[in-house]
Amino acid sequence: MGLYRERGIVLRTIKLGEADRIVTLVTEGHGKLRAVAKGVRRTKSRFGARVEPLSHVALLCYEGRSLDTITQADALEHFRAVREDLGRLSRGLCLLEVVDSVVQEGDDDPRLYQMLLGALRALSAGEVPLLVPAFFWKLLAQQGFRPSLDACATCGAAGAEALEAFDPGEGGVLCRSCRRGTRITPDAVALLRRILGGDLVGVLAEGASPAGAELEHLATRAIEHHLERRLRAPGLLDPVLSLRREGATAPARGRGS
Amino acid sequence: MYAGPVQDLIDELGRLPGVGPKSAQRIAFHLLKLPKEEAVRLARAVIEMKERVALCARCFNVAEGQECGICTDPRREHRVLCVVEEPRDVVAVEKTHEFRGRYHVLQGAISPIEGIGPDQLKVRELLARLEPEQISEVILCTNPNIEGEATAMYLARLLAPLGLRVTRIASGLPVGGDLEYADELTLGRALEGRREVGA
Ligand SMILES: [Zn+2]
Ligand SMILES: [Zn+2]
Repeated sequence: MGLYRERGIVLRTIKLGEADRIVTLVTEGHGKLRAVAKGVRRTKSRFGARVEPLSHVALLCYEGRSLDTITQADALEHFRAVREDLGRLSRGLCLLEVVDSVVQEGDDDPRLYQMLLGALRALSAGEVPLLVPAFFWKLLAQQGFRPSLDACATCGAAGAEALEAFDPGEGGVLCRSCRRGTRITPDAVALLRRILGGDLVGVLAEGASPAGAELEHLATRAIEHHLERRLRAPGLLDPVLSLRREGATAPARGRGS
Repeated sequence: MYAGPVQDLIDELGRLPGVGPKSAQRIAFHLLKLPKEEAVRLARAVIEMKERVALCARCFNVAEGQECGICTDPRREHRVLCVVEEPRDVVAVEKTHEFRGRYHVLQGAISPIEGIGPDQLKVRELLARLEPEQISEVILCTNPNIEGEATAMYLARLLAPLGLRVTRIASGLPVGGDLEYADELTLGRALEGRREVGA
């Protein structure tokens, strides 16, 4: 049985039996990993609170036949600023959900860990309006879905100005005559080119913009297209959006008393 | 696979929370060996509970009858609500003897990653109680984990425009716990919420 040390960010945990949890993490050396944390649901467990989603932990694990076991966990970062703010928590959980659903178990690309850690640190440090769209597109690119941005994905017509639509099924942006899917503005194409083309730092320093919102929407559509299901986290913690889903209205009324 | 009735029982037991296929098998064979009257007593207890106990129509705590014992108790302060995740949390808070108000049981917590949103919880029902019951204070008593925190922050935001007092229980160290065993997050919060001692 091999014993090994790892660092990772907890994506999700599910209950196993009476006291254990199966923990899914993105780790430095093993990529996306599932492991059993024994006894963590007992109140006297030393590391129960450390293996919660959003925690950055140092682990001691040993290899098992089907799943590895976590024997020790020490907290490296809690991202408290993310946990204690509804908006940031909502965005942080979106990142976790997307990594959990898009990345296959056993994908050991070390960039995944670096990307997620960097994103959570940025979210923790302050408001980064374009973080979620930039992260989504970077992740799609890491997964091999890098949309063509310089020429129409269908007919190959070049000229960035003429590109008008985005279709995840076609793998990129489309020209006027081939257009289908969702409309995309020249500003959004330019922003996406910067995100994927080496100016990520510059993009993350910028304020919120319509192009950013557009790219977040398109990335969500692209991810959902690949997953063949809707993402769950976006909007779920938004008091207005979440209860409107079933047609009810949020309580806008004031209380007279 | 076993003969019909045994396998049926194993399948049913396997659906219970925290019971895996191996445990289901163990319990089924344990019941098989039990004297008949003991097995029947267990079956009766399940039926009895399902027939007599339901969720309180007002607060969603367990109740015998339309409303639970706390909701129907005239001595309880009726303008203060303690919001908890599960009926077992009502029991935990009641044991403190510190709370004289009434409850609202959400029947779970928001978990964006699992796709559990406010729609699947008794959030609308909470909103619907506020005006008719003239609630003046809501105490958010959800678990100190990520789902519980998310739920509390969500509710705090939802209730903020309604002009009532919204408080969150302090997340401190478990009494009798060992400081050494406390996780850093709990310890940090406990330090933040510290009080002056002495005069
Ligand atoms: Zn074309
Ligand atoms: Zn009740």
